[in-house]
Amino acid sequence: MDLKKLFLKADNELESSEKRIRSRKITCKKCQNTSPVKKIRKNYFVCPECGYYFPVRARRRILMLTDNRSFIEHDRDMASRNILDFPEYEEKLTAAKDKSRENEGVITGVAQIGGHKTCIFAMDGNFMMGSMGAVVGEKITRLFEYATTQSLPVIGVTVSGGARMQEGMISLMQMSKVSAAVKRHSDKGGLYIVLLTNPTTGGVDASFAMLGDITLAEPGARVGFAGPRVVEKTLKTALPDGFQKAERVMECGFIDAIVPRHEQKDYLERLLRLHEASREVSM
Amino acid sequence: MMTDIEIVRAARSEKRKTARDYIDGCFTDLTEFSGDRLYGDDRAIIGGIGLLQDMPVTVIGIEKGKNTEDRILHNFGSAHPEGYRKALRLMKQAEKFHRPVICFVDTAGAFPDVESEERGQGRAIAENLYEMSTLKTPVLSIIIGEGGSGGALALSHADRIWMLEDAYYSVVSPESCSNILWKTLDKADVAARALGLTADKLYSLGIIDRICKDKALQEFAADIYGQIKELMSVPTDRLLDERYKKFRSIGYI
Ligand SMILES: [Zn+2]
Repeated sequence: MDLKKLFLKADNELESSEKRIRSRKITCKKCQNTSPVKKIRKNYFVCPECGYYFPVRARRRILMLTDNRSFIEHDRDMASRNILDFPEYEEKLTAAKDKSRENEGVITGVAQIGGHKTCIFAMDGNFMMGSMGAVVGEKITRLFEYATTQSLPVIGVTVSGGARMQEGMISLMQMSKVSAAVKRHSDKGGLYIVLLTNPTTGGVDASFAMLGDITLAEPGARVGFAGPRVVEKTLKTALPDGFQKAERVMECGFIDAIVPRHEQKDYLERLLRLHEASREVSM
Repeated sequence: MMTDIEIVRAARSEKRKTARDYIDGCFTDLTEFSGDRLYGDDRAIIGGIGLLQDMPVTVIGIEKGKNTEDRILHNFGSAHPEGYRKALRLMKQAEKFHRPVICFVDTAGAFPDVESEERGQGRAIAENLYEMSTLKTPVLSIIIGEGGSGGALALSHADRIWMLEDAYYSVVSPESCSNILWKTLDKADVAARALGLTADKLYSLGIIDRICKDKALQEFAADIYGQIKELMSVPTDRLLDERYKKFRSIGYI
């Protein structure tokens, strides 16, 4: 299929899903105010009334961060199998596909941001809570390998509950697999920027989410390794205010900057521009 | 034959040999080191240098402790971030002096408290995976008891992964899995079976490289020696290439 057709296909698919929601209104989880979807979308999926950050699906996320019609997807058809014969896994995969309208929990590909070519991946919280199984690990690994051979940066948007239990140790091993690919990309001088979104936890936090050259986060995003209830059980009292919130994690030294949604594309464009400039100077 | 949940219980047994036993039994001239040079010394991780027969090696273990007092000292084998950073420091030191690294892994998991989170538990584990993937010296990791998720993985990005026949290695504890999926702790046995956490299963999946019988430590040391010798004879470039491929090949085919 040629590129033009690919773009058209992507546009049409987006269009039809947009139509379905265009007339709808959404009630904010936080302030209970109801706003038209159109208004919320214009406001980068932030509640116009109270500033609450609505979760954003992966495809929308990439659209928000990249130049119009510049995204070319990789490995779109890759889908998970129930390798371990884990109970109820097929049903969960089917439900996740319906809910997310995606084949798996991450979308990967190449795009331009302000004219700068970059690899990009975005995880999808609607697909089994963005959990990482073999396909998620494989797609991200392939993207880093592609970026390494093409000398391209990688931008990653994370949202994840961690490793996917239904794939047992195969999913845990994806942490090792992706981390090794990130290292190879880095050793070749590749730039990797992470944007942490709510929530980024467990095995994803303990691997590629924490391995960026530059680590950004959305305001209020929960970022951490252990689940809050588990930590509470260790502590035997309530958790301190702001625990595992991006702002606190930044105070602790693990995040470079908190970037509000409407500034994210410009912010990434600036980072890509600055790195491109330094590469030219060194040549 | 033990069921999967019985294996998990055996792996947790306090009567079991801990990392300390293996280290004392397999190496001589053992000299222990402390601290991560960043924050403190995490006693859940023990490590240093010693001799494996005639060969200087770096040894690292997750230690659970021997009696109540000792277990508290070692935090029951659950490391804070400084533990993983201490391990990484020792591995980097091994790389510098061309010593192979042998890790003994036995942990229910990384310690889940507020301090660990705020000192970057996720980052510490991630950094180990990242750095170990290109560590220019052979690494052998042996799961001797509990291989509890990310906390065990952080010392297991190795050229060879061995496992005791009655140890387990799992993405999540069967109890948590049962609780999360079925809202009950009563189905831990079902979860244990489903998770495929036994040495047999992981060997068949290509995740571990050898299943070890519980044998006299002298014999065990000889097995380790043979393996390390073999890995030491591989040129570094090829070693790292093969290490990359080992993890690269797990999962989607
Ligand atoms: Zn609101």
